[in-house]
Amino acid sequence: MVKKVVTGNYAAAYGSMRARVRCVAAYPITPQTFIVEHISEFVNNGEMDCEYVEVESEHSAMSTCVSASATGVRTFTATSSQGLALMHEILPIASGMRLPVVMAVVNRAIAAPINIWVEHNDIMPERDSGWIQVFCDNNQEVQDMVLQAFKIAEDKRVALPMTVGLDAFILSHTVEPVDLMDQEAADKFLPKYVPPGPILDPDDPAVVGVFTPPEYMMECRWNQDKAPKVIEEVNAAFAKQFGRNHGGMIDPYMVDDADVVLITLGTASSTAHEVVDDMRKEGKKVGLVKLRFWRPYPTAQLRKIAEKAKAVGVFDRAVSYGVAGPSFIEFRNAAYGLTVPTMNFIGGLGGRDVSLADIRFMYERLLEAAKTGKVRREITWMGTRGVEQ
Amino acid sequence: MKLKEMPDEELFTRGHTACAGCGAAIAARNLIKVLGKDTVAVTPACCLLIFSATYPLVAWKIPFHHVAFENTAACATGIKRALKVRGKDDTTVMGIAGDGGTADIGIQALSGAAERNEDILYVMYDNEAYMNTGIQRSGSTPFGAWTTTTPVGKVKAGKANFKKDMPQIMMAHNVPYVATASVGHIQDFINKFEKAKKIKGFRYIQVYTPCPTGWRHDTSKTIEICKLAVDTGMWTLYESENGKVTINRKPKMTPVQEYLKLQGRFRHMTEADIKKLQDWVTKKWQADEKYAQCKSA
Repeated sequence: MVKKVVTGNYAAAYGSMRARVRCVAAYPITPQTFIVEHISEFVNNGEMDCEYVEVESEHSAMSTCVSASATGVRTFTATSSQGLALMHEILPIASGMRLPVVMAVVNRAIAAPINIWVEHNDIMPERDSGWIQVFCDNNQEVQDMVLQAFKIAEDKRVALPMTVGLDAFILSHTVEPVDLMDQEAADKFLPKYVPPGPILDPDDPAVVGVFTPPEYMMECRWNQDKAPKVIEEVNAAFAKQFGRNHGGMIDPYMVDDADVVLITLGTASSTAHEVVDDMRKEGKKVGLVKLRFWRPYPTAQLRKIAEKAKAVGVFDRAVSYGVAGPSFIEFRNAAYGLTVPTMNFIGGLGGRDVSLADIRFMYERLLEAAKTGKVRREITWMGTRGVEQ
Repeated sequence: MKLKEMPDEELFTRGHTACAGCGAAIAARNLIKVLGKDTVAVTPACCLLIFSATYPLVAWKIPFHHVAFENTAACATGIKRALKVRGKDDTTVMGIAGDGGTADIGIQALSGAAERNEDILYVMYDNEAYMNTGIQRSGSTPFGAWTTTTPVGKVKAGKANFKKDMPQIMMAHNVPYVATASVGHIQDFINKFEKAKKIKGFRYIQVYTPCPTGWRHDTSKTIEICKLAVDTGMWTLYESENGKVTINRKPKMTPVQEYLKLQGRFRHMTEADIKKLQDWVTKKWQADEKYAQCKSA
């Protein structure tokens, strides 16, 4: 194994090369551009045996990926923010056709106002697109999850596309030491591609994408239940081979005896991890759940944690206007009927820094609620001018 | 291949649900006979998808694919690249879309694929409006035509703009092959698909395909209307092979009125409007002829 200092974008591109992706169709957008630049370099240097299609838009990128996947090859792309929004129409087609396309999504704010920094509001509208969605919080995880994504997506029990999310700039443009896997190890983990369903093949003609009348639609819609089991299996297999366990659906830290628990998505997890260590030293029983898979959502696992905790907070880097943060809404559904106090903290939008002090503030509020049984403020907009904390 | 040498085997079979006299169905049946079994086709949401591939029935004996509306050329690209990876680079990949899916919403993906010179055959079946959604105006609808979004009202009647010149747009991409064809000129149609099949790189054929339902004409008149379209100059039959342009049939310059009077969609047109269309046709033919002369070598 070679440990190299690389960006999250490099880690994503490298992962796709080691996955022996044979078709990439992509379009540049900040801050994803380095991913497709690296892939083009791998291809042009002969390191990656892949058809690279320089399409004229993200809409065509996803369309080309869908059709390449439907023709039976391992397919990858990457995008961000507005680009993801432009792909929106084609995303449920990839999942509806049960095509295991994998896509790195560099999570960036959606306009307006236009902004290129981290936010999760770009992927939240894709929640119901039928894609499996994972969030990473370090560059090692980015590389590893690209490889795992193919294994999960291509499993016959799953046969769904998957996104691997990495926070804009915090991961995409920041260098970290990463164990770059060698080809042999990658091949051992992810064998040669076998399409999980029928493909377009002149030797065995089939229709992929048939017009479907009402009497067959319900059956097509019903199915994503088996993915969590496969996700855990793939994580375990990866941990066994590579010695790195990123957690399956969720990655809990110091949760077993915790009074209060904070749930985070993406890179806020590493910040929160440090705060947990600091506060534990002070004797405060705080715990952290790094929510890794956003779809499918680990409802049962989070409910179990909520049953034991005295207060649970959810940090959202996105907002569903007029309600709360999307992750909070989802958690409240998981905790339905429980009496545990719950709080939502919305922050870090458009790349605003989420500091150790911010996370500590969240834990203090949770500890207060655990003690009093009362929630001082259900939704807190962190450090927002003109808004009371 | 002569018409009488066309194979008997149908790769686009009976049982499809196209309207009687549908030009698109005539095109589909014949072009796939020329292209043969080693073909993969992709179509957008359009009449062709609905009448040939509604689950659990399918009229095609080749692999057939549908993804969305505006991305036919991007999808054909994906199929071709994947077939190349799988060692099936000789398989013909055809994107086939209507005029709305091509000249309007699909033009971006089409232009991108043409610029990259993707090894695909793109067929536009031109029935001059959004027929599948119920006869709405497209960029390819001719001047004066009634559609459900250019209705005959008290103040305005019919389409106010002229037909978008897609063959010229495609020729401007400098791709290996661009042609227009018509289901009423079947030998010319066969020749062009045969030629396109053999060429590597991007190929575009725009086929004139009358729609009796949308054009409000008798279902027995499809071929007659095709012939009149060419004779009046409303439809130029020409082709560009690596930039060399050939006119395949000179129009007789029959008055455009002869063409219009067979179709209910033009019934409301005033004499002034007909003259306006006639002037446009005359100029268009002159421009096409001049273009062909300039590009004759």
